[in-house]
Amino acid sequence: MSTSTGTDRSTTSNEPSTMLDPLVPRAPAQGAQEPSRLHVDAATIGYDKRIVSERLSVAIPDQSFTVIVGPNACGKSTLLRGLSRLLKPSEGHVILDGADISSYKTKEVARRVGLLPQTAIAPDGITVADLVARGRYPYQGMLRQWTKTDEEAVLRAMEAAAVTDLSGQLVDELSGGQRQRVWVAMALAQHTDILLLDEPTTFLDITHQVELMELFTDLNHVGHTLVAVLHDLNHAARFGTHLIAMKDGAVVAEGAPSEIVTAELVEEVFGLRCLVVPDPVAGTPHVVPLGRDRDRP
Amino acid sequence: MTLQTADLGVPGAFTAPGTRRSIGLFVALAALVALLMLSLIIGSKMMPPAVVWDALFHPSGDFDHFAIRDFRLPRTIVGLVVGMALGVSGALIQALTRNPLAGPGILGVNAGASFAVTVAIGLLGVRDVRGYMWFAFAGALVVTIMVLLLGSTRRGQSPVVMVLAGVCVGAVLGGAGSALQLINPDAFDQMRSWGAGSILGRPLDVVWPILPFFAGALVLAFAVSGPLNAMALGDELAVAQGVSLVRTRILAIIALTLLAGGATAIAGPIGFVGLMVPHVARWIVGPDQRWIFAYSMLLAPSLLLASDILGRIVMHPSEIPVGIVTAFVGAPVLILLVRRRKVSGL
Repeated sequence: MSTSTGTDRSTTSNEPSTMLDPLVPRAPAQGAQEPSRLHVDAATIGYDKRIVSERLSVAIPDQSFTVIVGPNACGKSTLLRGLSRLLKPSEGHVILDGADISSYKTKEVARRVGLLPQTAIAPDGITVADLVARGRYPYQGMLRQWTKTDEEAVLRAMEAAAVTDLSGQLVDELSGGQRQRVWVAMALAQHTDILLLDEPTTFLDITHQVELMELFTDLNHVGHTLVAVLHDLNHAARFGTHLIAMKDGAVVAEGAPSEIVTAELVEEVFGLRCLVVPDPVAGTPHVVPLGRDRDRP
Repeated sequence: MTLQTADLGVPGAFTAPGTRRSIGLFVALAALVALLMLSLIIGSKMMPPAVVWDALFHPSGDFDHFAIRDFRLPRTIVGLVVGMALGVSGALIQALTRNPLAGPGILGVNAGASFAVTVAIGLLGVRDVRGYMWFAFAGALVVTIMVLLLGSTRRGQSPVVMVLAGVCVGAVLGGAGSALQLINPDAFDQMRSWGAGSILGRPLDVVWPILPFFAGALVLAFAVSGPLNAMALGDELAVAQGVSLVRTRILAIIALTLLAGGATAIAGPIGFVGLMVPHVARWIVGPDQRWIFAYSMLLAPSLLLASDILGRIVMHPSEIPVGIVTAFVGAPVLILLVRRRKVSGL
């Protein structure tokens, strides 16, 4: 796979080096035979007393837009926490680039895997540019302070997330959709090949949800591996390239949406009777609940 | 606060506010230097600047020179050092707890240090600052950890619960300390005004042993300012950015207890400086902890010296201890902060 940008995104006349471009992953793609860069190997993940997933094994295909779906409390956010080192498996391993993720220095992981959690807080009175710049933390140290590379990465990230025009504004004053794009820009400024997103579209109206999903698709097209936890099955099936359906802490099905999203699977995972029809626009599976018989005309 | 909207979004966008902050820092430094001079000039007897200059650099047996060198100079240096320590410890404690109401005074940290020093002097007969400073550090540390634990509910830390816990702990320790001082008044003869929080009559001998600890704590504070910036975005995001939460918290607690404990060992419990100053700093420079620390380091001694000078003027020729003046100025500020729409907005 080529690392050049091959999207519909308009490119500036003065194309900077791809090393500086937060949209282009640094590491070259690996061969098809290689195990994926990020996978979970027989891991038992949970909290102090409550085990959520036991001996879970699942791989995130490289360069995929993987969406994890499942009912509430099925372990999808827990899996994302395991993948991002927030939770350490009590047994088994989370493998990043061939080594246990806990064997890396913490900042080294942060340069390879980014996370946008639901709990992110924007400090009072911070501007968009300053918040996006916070994404450069893993590249800074006591002696290595702000550089041109950092600044370039922040500007490119703001451009990619279409928040450049907002850069001087206070984050407090933005709409929900704008704010979420700013957080995505911050995660992009972290310049990681792999980006984990925990319910990124929750609390957004439909227009902003679609806008954000399209942004993720663009990022995926230029080579980012994305892993998102989503509630909306139809968005998952339409925008995701790889689905992982979970129930009770285990993976029930995984694969391309067109292959695995069936009425049987939805009923098994969510307990919802439904029809699966082709999305009239994209042709991807579209889930229509059957609902109660007496409500139908 | 002016936003440089036009400048942002183009290369160089991040240097523009940086320049403004640097200029502001220089102004704050100039203000501090001016207050240091005023602190030497103003008092029960006004000293012309020329006399102050001669007293510092060409001292003679003149009584005015003696008064400046032995009274005003020590209290000014004590004000400078204690102010810096209180300001940075306040900024640290606010960043650590994400609580805009936090401060070493309001959370009882100063009271803890003060109580421990009272025990050392009153019960154990420790007279040397080299001895009782350890009690101050320990007292500050114990109360800090206690209040952090009391302020953490199952749903995370609650700013108001934490402040209530701090005020309660502080009140109990303050009362117990006063009782000790009444029981054994002789032991506190030389520290009469210390209990009220004063930078007057504290010899420089009590400052020098604590200075190395302050220096170390300031280095620590600036070392954790980056991780604290990341933690301001939420613990999960901070971990995802490579921050070690435990290490950052431990280092921040060590730094703030050294600063607040040391300041209390020198000058007694002085409240509100550590609460107010980081807010003023944040209004000027925004939410970047590195700048907040730097500004707090300059603005807090300015506030302390200004309050001390005010305490010398208002009841001229007698004086009000600086701790009482800062409480007068600080209490309304605290009420203002509590009444603002968002309490947990750090």
